[in-house]
Amino acid sequence: MSDAKERMPLHDALLALHTARREDDVVITSMGAAREWMTLGAQSLDLPLVPSSMGTAPAIGLGVALAQPRRRVIVVNGDGAMLMHLGSMVTITAAAPANLVLILADNEVYEVTGAQPTPGSAAGRADGASLDFEAMARACGFRSVFHFSNAVQWAQQIERVLSATGPTFVLLDVSSVPGSVGPRSPGPAAARARELRRNLTPGIA
Amino acid sequence: MFSGSEITALFTSMGITHVVSIADSTIGLWHPALEASPDLQLVRVCREGEAWAVAAGLYLGGATPLVLIQCTGLFESGDSLRNVLHDWKLPIFAVIGYRSYLNQDTLPGDTCLVFTEPLLDAWRIDYRLIKAPAQRDEIRAHYVACRDAGTPGAALIAEGKA
Repeated sequence: MSDAKERMPLHDALLALHTARREDDVVITSMGAAREWMTLGAQSLDLPLVPSSMGTAPAIGLGVALAQPRRRVIVVNGDGAMLMHLGSMVTITAAAPANLVLILADNEVYEVTGAQPTPGSAAGRADGASLDFEAMARACGFRSVFHFSNAVQWAQQIERVLSATGPTFVLLDVSSVPGSVGPRSPGPAAARARELRRNLTPGIA
Repeated sequence: MFSGSEITALFTSMGITHVVSIADSTIGLWHPALEASPDLQLVRVCREGEAWAVAAGLYLGGATPLVLIQCTGLFESGDSLRNVLHDWKLPIFAVIGYRSYLNQDTLPGDTCLVFTEPLLDAWRIDYRLIKAPAQRDEIRAHYVACRDAGTPGAALIAEGKA
């Protein structure tokens, strides 16, 4: 990353979330965030979305949030994935679940494929200006919108952010991890899906 | 072929809690009745690939969702439904409008008729083709069979003009 923008390490950003999340929160992570999240220790309501269809984590989170309106659902998505299903920001705000937090870890590259610039990045655009996801979230109608570039400030504010009335959008400027690989599935997907459903809905087969 | 109230009554009788949908000229006529129903929630999405993912989340959260899209949206859905139905093996059921099946006046030679059924076969989605109102109970029967088997499925509903 050659730009001068302040960025926090992805690991530090996720560590703050891992510390602040409640046991009964559902946390859905994708791509690089899933890889890093799995190093922090699994909890029963975690869904590292591996294997994935790139970009669908926010939509899955929306579904869980609508089915479980009394439970907080936190989705950590990457900017490349967000761009792939940009309409999900509109779909989320159309349904407007108050219990959904969408965190966008923005490193401006497709990290797991070799750090190529995204079309939303300064390096990937003819005008050299990064896409303004914060403004986009406001325009889409997220009820609460936050933006952090510094891990200490993020950790200090995270309780307030997670307790804001949703749908909530959080933009985190993060640094890419050079040479990183894609996440590996922690086990057979179908069995993990069944387990998550059982954990979310005791009594349902 | 069906009115909005008929479709809503059908979905309600199937125990559907959420209908995840994008309108076409047939499905769109059903949306007002679906939205007015106190027994289910209509969830509007921006593209059909999203619909499978939203339905997946609903299912994981204990709800009973149904995806309601046109066959053109099925074409758009590929990677998402692959992940939901075949990686995660979630038994999501879909009702899919089959554009131009009953009438090609608007789009003579509509290639939806060429690709829809082979694509459903390619994605290994067990479907029933519904060509007449008298087949309405076949939708419910197929849904129940898929639900009990824990497998995905679809009802392909013949539509008229695009």
